[in-house]
Amino acid sequence: MSSTFVDSAADFDVRDYLRMDMMPHFLCPGCGHGIALRALLWAMHELGIAKDQLAVVSGIGCAGRLSAYIDANTFHVTHGRPLAYATGLALARPDLHVVVITGDGDCLAIGGNHLIHACRRNLKLTCLMLNNEIYGMTGGQVSPTTSETMLTSTTPLGNSEPSFDACALAAAAGAGFVGREVTRHVPRLKELIKAGLAHPGFAFVEVLSDCTEIFGRKNDLGSSPEMMLRQKSDIRPSAYRDSVDTPFRANELPTGILAQTNRPEYGAAYRRAAAAQRASAAAQAGSANAKEDS
Amino acid sequence: MSAVLAPKPAKAESKLVVCDGNEAAAWAVSLANVDMVAVYPITPQSSLVEYLAKFIADGRLGAEIVDVEGEHSVLSVLQGACLAGARTYTASCGPGLAFMFEPYLRTPGMRLPLVMTIVTRDTLTPQSVWGGHQDAMSVREVGWVQMYCESVQEVLDTTIMAYKIAEHHDVMLPVNICHDGNYLSFGAARCELPDQAEVNAFLGEKDVNWHVALDPQRPMAVDPLTGGAGGPGPSAFVRYRKGQCSGMQNSLKVITDMHEEWGRRFGRSHAPLIESYRMDGADYAIVTIGSMTGAAKDAVDAARARGEKVGLVKVKTYRPFPAEALASALAQVKAFGVVDRSVSFGWNCGPLFQDAITAMQCAPTRIPAMSFIGGLAGADLTVTHFERVIGRTKELARDGRPAATVWLNEKD
Repeated sequence: MSSTFVDSAADFDVRDYLRMDMMPHFLCPGCGHGIALRALLWAMHELGIAKDQLAVVSGIGCAGRLSAYIDANTFHVTHGRPLAYATGLALARPDLHVVVITGDGDCLAIGGNHLIHACRRNLKLTCLMLNNEIYGMTGGQVSPTTSETMLTSTTPLGNSEPSFDACALAAAAGAGFVGREVTRHVPRLKELIKAGLAHPGFAFVEVLSDCTEIFGRKNDLGSSPEMMLRQKSDIRPSAYRDSVDTPFRANELPTGILAQTNRPEYGAAYRRAAAAQRASAAAQAGSANAKEDS
Repeated sequence: MSAVLAPKPAKAESKLVVCDGNEAAAWAVSLANVDMVAVYPITPQSSLVEYLAKFIADGRLGAEIVDVEGEHSVLSVLQGACLAGARTYTASCGPGLAFMFEPYLRTPGMRLPLVMTIVTRDTLTPQSVWGGHQDAMSVREVGWVQMYCESVQEVLDTTIMAYKIAEHHDVMLPVNICHDGNYLSFGAARCELPDQAEVNAFLGEKDVNWHVALDPQRPMAVDPLTGGAGGPGPSAFVRYRKGQCSGMQNSLKVITDMHEEWGRRFGRSHAPLIESYRMDGADYAIVTIGSMTGAAKDAVDAARARGEKVGLVKVKTYRPFPAEALASALAQVKAFGVVDRSVSFGWNCGPLFQDAITAMQCAPTRIPAMSFIGGLAGADLTVTHFERVIGRTKELARDGRPAATVWLNEKD
């Protein structure tokens, strides 16, 4: 990622990229998802990606609803499946920028299988996972990234299951690009998404986005600004696996690009292999014809 | 998974509460001493599992609860728990039910007495989170017993009865209790909570898996490949299938007996298979299912007050289909109209309509019938709609010429 930010805020008007007839949106006050959406559209703007060249696939949940607001080619699919739908779309139309918007429950619970295989395959896609630690839309049930001991509507005594480190999972499964950012740092988030969109392979970007209305209230985490100010300090453990002992210790959450490889991109590799196969078959047919002729 | 919590008090108080259908189902699960609950949230089921989580946290229900990663895992987890001898419960609907279809398909063949509420919801697509029967109707031929409830009280009572039906040795099949998303899930009503000791006495000693169990003292291979060359032959497969069918048919009597016993013990009765309402001397009838029945009964009352000879038959047990009971209830009418909250694609009518006319094959003469479809995606079925149904069915009784399926909410 470039260390100098391109400040295009002056000529970027998010309304150019939104379906304004869908406003007002349904997000709660203080929700981080709108910030993440703005960062995505800003990144597109700076990369000069035309709206017609953008396809957005989203699943179910608060994150899943975002595709409806984007003035591009959008597809709202079933719970957990956006990466699977997007795989078909990206293979059939390699000329498009295919972006998946998903949440922690959508991507890591009901759709977890698709995530690890998308990482393994390394098809060119950008997956934006908005992690708010909760199933917000259905009223605040525990998710695979809910920190241990936190209260949710299905864990009234505190969550006793360990949570996922989604970036470690994506990197281990072979994603070409893995990054994490917080909604508190919008320009940095925009730069990370730009790097993900530019990466010639599967890019997994985790955005830590606060659910203030449900998760914040339930756990008495303070106002929205207070939750945002703690995004990089004491609210989420840096080492998820140690969280049982000390869930709230101060830490520095690793953000930015966390893993990047030059593994071959699946779509291009597949098309090359298919072309070579066709050429070889044509050559064999040609030599067979030549033999018949002689 | 949360730890096993404090044991439940020996005798809970019998009392009146005001609650919605989701809470009533959770009360029933608690009263039925369920051992294992697996859940995944989905609208409009979510509050049901939140009540269960609360009851478990409060120590009211001494069950294990596990928040798994999707509905497919929900039913898989419960099959494992059931094989280990646990009394199990979950609830789902719509796309969640679709996602659990693989283990759902397998449960009746394994003869596992799971109980699952379907908080009925219309199916995708178009995207919708509102009520309708399309989800439950789409799995009607899989082999689960399915009972549809009309009221919050019926949700509570039927859910407790479901365990005794599912675990009955003549049945040993999974049971769905269907309660209407939005209308019953969130509609609050007066509800009587039965006494815990009375429920214990009704359910008797827990005997969940006498026929198939993962027990180190009695090792067995559960569901290996059946039939084919070198195996026991295809006849074993046929034997299993026929056994499953027998269990389904046996459940008609067991359901009737359980409802009769419930009424005797608790002084509160529900019709087990079908309910005939003001059918005495009826010239024509309407057939309903689920929570729409309340508005339909009001419309029938109003029509009777005007001197119309109309009655109503509500189908409670939908699978197995109470064919004989329905045929007998409708035997004397000149026409009937069936109101569905779902669609049978390919037949251009409602599925309950199809079942009803199939059941009437046994009638000595053909009775004209018409299909009405309404209440899709949460649309309200009001007394006005049922007045239309009654009016159209009356015409049918007069001229004997059924028209094409009528879509009730199309122009609301």
